[in-house]
Amino acid sequence: MKQTIHPPDHPSAHVRNGAAIAAPPPAPARDRRRPASEQWAAWAFLAPVTLYLALFYAYPLYRNLDLSLRDYTVRSFVQGNAPFTGIENYRTVFDDPTFAPALLHTVLFTGVCLLFQYAIGLALAVFFTQHFRLSATLRALFLVPWLLPLIVSASTWSWMLNSDSGIVNAALHALGIGPVNWLTSPSWSLTSVIIANIWIGVPFNLVVLYSGLQSIPASLYEAAALDGANAWQRFWRITFPLLRPVSAITLLLGLIYTLKVFDIIWIMTKGGPADSSTTFATWSYQLGFGNLLPAFGPGAAVGNLLVVAALVFGLIYLKVQRKQALS
Amino acid sequence: MNRRTGRTWWKTALGLLLTALMLFPVYWMLNVSLTPDRDMRKSPPDLFPAHGTLDGYRTVLDEQLPYLGTSLVIGLGTVVLTVALSAPAGYALAKLRPRGGGILNFVLLAAQMIPGIIMAMGFYAIYLQLGLLQSVPGLIVADSTLAVPFGVLIFTAFMSGIPGELLQAARTDGAGALRTFWSVVLPMSRNAVVTVSLFAFLWSWSDFVFAGTLVNGGAHEPITLGIYHYIGNNNQEWNAIMATAVVASLPAAVILVLAQRYVAAGVTAGAVKD
Repeated sequence: MKQTIHPPDHPSAHVRNGAAIAAPPPAPARDRRRPASEQWAAWAFLAPVTLYLALFYAYPLYRNLDLSLRDYTVRSFVQGNAPFTGIENYRTVFDDPTFAPALLHTVLFTGVCLLFQYAIGLALAVFFTQHFRLSATLRALFLVPWLLPLIVSASTWSWMLNSDSGIVNAALHALGIGPVNWLTSPSWSLTSVIIANIWIGVPFNLVVLYSGLQSIPASLYEAAALDGANAWQRFWRITFPLLRPVSAITLLLGLIYTLKVFDIIWIMTKGGPADSSTTFATWSYQLGFGNLLPAFGPGAAVGNLLVVAALVFGLIYLKVQRKQALS
Repeated sequence: MNRRTGRTWWKTALGLLLTALMLFPVYWMLNVSLTPDRDMRKSPPDLFPAHGTLDGYRTVLDEQLPYLGTSLVIGLGTVVLTVALSAPAGYALAKLRPRGGGILNFVLLAAQMIPGIIMAMGFYAIYLQLGLLQSVPGLIVADSTLAVPFGVLIFTAFMSGIPGELLQAARTDGAGALRTFWSVVLPMSRNAVVTVSLFAFLWSWSDFVFAGTLVNGGAHEPITLGIYHYIGNNNQEWNAIMATAVVASLPAAVILVLAQRYVAAGVTAGAVKD
């Protein structure tokens, strides 16, 4: 799925240690070594993006860390005097009654979404590898939910799940099932945002897994068919095991994205009612921006917990990806 | 052979059914956008806009055009900034082998892992001090952070495939690194430029988190906030809300129809979406 950025003759491309992607130390002079002027030119081209990364990624991240270690109010932004309080904000957050539910909802939301997005995406990918009329067109149409602005998807689902006038309850009514308060009852709100988010995530899984399926040699299937394997066996003995590397990447990326999901939940339920659908992402925003009196410090603290989680999974992703690039 | 065509016909039918199921919410958005006010609360709702009205769209034209204009400006600004930053970086990483390039790559990958809310809070703190809240350039810079790491990734991957002999030839003709980049590498990377531009535009157009934190309540709000305010005002005119949603979806639809190839390439290159 990804290629290493190095040309094949690069000496570090085959190093297996943790710093494998770092450039090699100055090696004994070889004719491949680029002159110093070349190095200057390279970094001249990289200067804008490096500066940009420092200014717009590293600095906001640092600001956020700083926010979480101080007692910030709107006034302290203007006057610039916020007392350093150490881990006080983190303690506040851990002791908050919202902490346990937010953690549970984050785990549930991420886990359930991933499971369904992957399973549905894989089933569709297998279906679309078969040759039939219109298959390419229909596969392209499946991208639509992924391309739509999240606010569009979220507001459409909100109206579909509306208790009184929503199409979903009308359909349930036709089946003889009473109305469900999808967005307004604490027992259903999390399910509602999970359904909407699964719908948004399926296309990504479909496209990536489909491209993974394309790289499985057809001869394997032909041989298996000759040996009398049925479709079910062919899937579990060939497709699934050979797709494992692509599956790992897809699931890890999905995990990192799903942990971050904010828009969908915020627009549909605002994390409510009564925090019944709040996750770390919405809770962090709620603390920082959702109230009249912003609690920037605790908001930043919750956000930093999310950053740490995302980065941990990000490192795992990099490890997996590198292992695949080398194999 | 007859049995075979019969079998694939059945698959096409199943494919159509699955696609229809998947796209039902999109159809519903269209249907509601055309529904007159008096039928909005009907139970059960009309499955087809039999008494269709364009009232919702009239409301869009009356109220939402400034928002759409702002979104367009911000989208185009984000595209320019993203390509200007990521194309030279991709060229350097792919062809010039800088010392430390690997570390930069790692940082770019890690940058994509940072949740949008955290970035938004950081930007909020910085912009508050710089007086950049409620400004279009401020939002353009923030939105570009959604696409720059992705852009570098795509350009690096694409430019790695440009034959070294070509660059060597340009060098022999006396072109410096900058000339080579501008006259040889960039024209050859047209496809990568298109892919990166499409995603940069789409993500900036769809952005809600940065808009909600950095320009909320200001004079320049993008269409995502336009829709959000509509919903937030407990507005009962769902046809107007859905009509706005339909209009806001047009770029995605156009891109899918005209540039599906590039989209698929972008997704499978490990495309990152918030």
